[in-house]
Amino acid sequence: MKQADIVVIGGGPAGLCAAISAAQSGAGVLIIDKNKNLGGQLIKQTHMFFGSEKQYASTRGIDIPEILMKELDKYREKVEIKTNSTALGLYEDGIITVLEKEDNYYKIEPKAVIVATGAYEKFLSFPNNDLPGIYGAGAVQTLMNVHGVKPGDRVLMVGAGNIGLIVSYQLMQAGVEVKAIIDAAPKIGGYLVHASKIRRMGVPILTSHTVKEAIGQDFLEKAVVWEVDERFNPIPGTEVTFDVDVMCISVGLTPLNELLAMRGCQMKYVPQLSGLVPVRNENYETSVENIFVAGDASGVEEASAAMVEGFLAGLCAAAKIGYKADDFDDRRKDYMNQLNNLRSGPAGSHILMGLEQIRR
Amino acid sequence: MRIKEHPILKFNKVKKIKFVFNGREMEGYEGETIAAALHAQGVKVLGKSLFLHRPRGFYCAIGNCSSCLMTVNGVANVKTCITDLEEGMIVETQDGKGVIV
Repeated sequence: MKQADIVVIGGGPAGLCAAISAAQSGAGVLIIDKNKNLGGQLIKQTHMFFGSEKQYASTRGIDIPEILMKELDKYREKVEIKTNSTALGLYEDGIITVLEKEDNYYKIEPKAVIVATGAYEKFLSFPNNDLPGIYGAGAVQTLMNVHGVKPGDRVLMVGAGNIGLIVSYQLMQAGVEVKAIIDAAPKIGGYLVHASKIRRMGVPILTSHTVKEAIGQDFLEKAVVWEVDERFNPIPGTEVTFDVDVMCISVGLTPLNELLAMRGCQMKYVPQLSGLVPVRNENYETSVENIFVAGDASGVEEASAAMVEGFLAGLCAAAKIGYKADDFDDRRKDYMNQLNNLRSGPAGSHILMGLEQIRR
Repeated sequence: MRIKEHPILKFNKVKKIKFVFNGREMEGYEGETIAAALHAQGVKVLGKSLFLHRPRGFYCAIGNCSSCLMTVNGVANVKTCITDLEEGMIVETQDGKGVIV
């Protein structure tokens, strides 16, 4: 059995920052990631980040993994990285089971764990929603921005949150026509700066609209949308048909954290954090001692918040197992202030309401 | 359906890879996934669903949803959205559960 100080599960923005912070404090760190490269979903984010300088604002998401990897490399004697490795289970006795590639199965006994497994895309129910050509917004980003392949020629974007707006813009950058963006909510959910940019490019944003059905034989050929009233009931007679070969579903993410539930961490359904999330203290330690969480796995927010949560969880997990950094108090306070600043806007107040429900 | 020009990104497509899809010889590039290479050739249907045999394409493209399962080199249920393309791969659409050899 492999021994480790701190195992970080997931090497995206939260996990990388957690690893940096823990290694900086002097703890040994083992990063487990199922993908072939670290960086998580940053590797497809071509847009510049918001937030402040400390969270790499004005830097494109795709450039952040390299910055973090360089930082992590400073502590290379403390850090081990296992890619193509999926954490399969987190057991009551503290053991983690890992499958590396398809054939190497082994166990790890860690002193502490930081679960930074991210989130997955939600789906939407409507007739024929399983037709090929109906893709998650993140999937379309991966296809375009990682592999350089267009998802199709004409797209209907479902969801006018930040991801829907940003991916619409990225589709146009890739030379794909975006026919319209629809959202069931009466107001655009994403930042108006993104929405204005898209409207200026001639793409209509239809609020109070949802998908009635998808039409197609082997793959999507048409999409029918209709208007909804203030109680989200569709209004017959308002149907509009779009001639599209791609429908992009961008109706939010939900935390991917089954490992924590498996371990016995107390979980709670919190709508403001987009799903089932672990109860935790302000150091991001869950109800199970030495099991920490960071990033979207702890509640869906932006990557900037995920990075700060990672730094905080890494710092505190290291301290918890005996590697307390000299400047622990200052850094802990700094990370908490950064999180407060990131959550100071209107979207942030929503998050704060959610966090209130899971504090321990 | 490949992106030729992009204002921000450069795609490093250097080495061509030959593979076979349902008996048809196809080309993709080293470093891309099976699903991406197929999509670039216009192939969206990767398999058929378990019970109703409805067409299936990928949905999440990051290995979470299992909508992209295909038979690769005779092995069923390969997540083609996260499996890299390799020279000479035999890729087949999968109807239903797939067969363990």
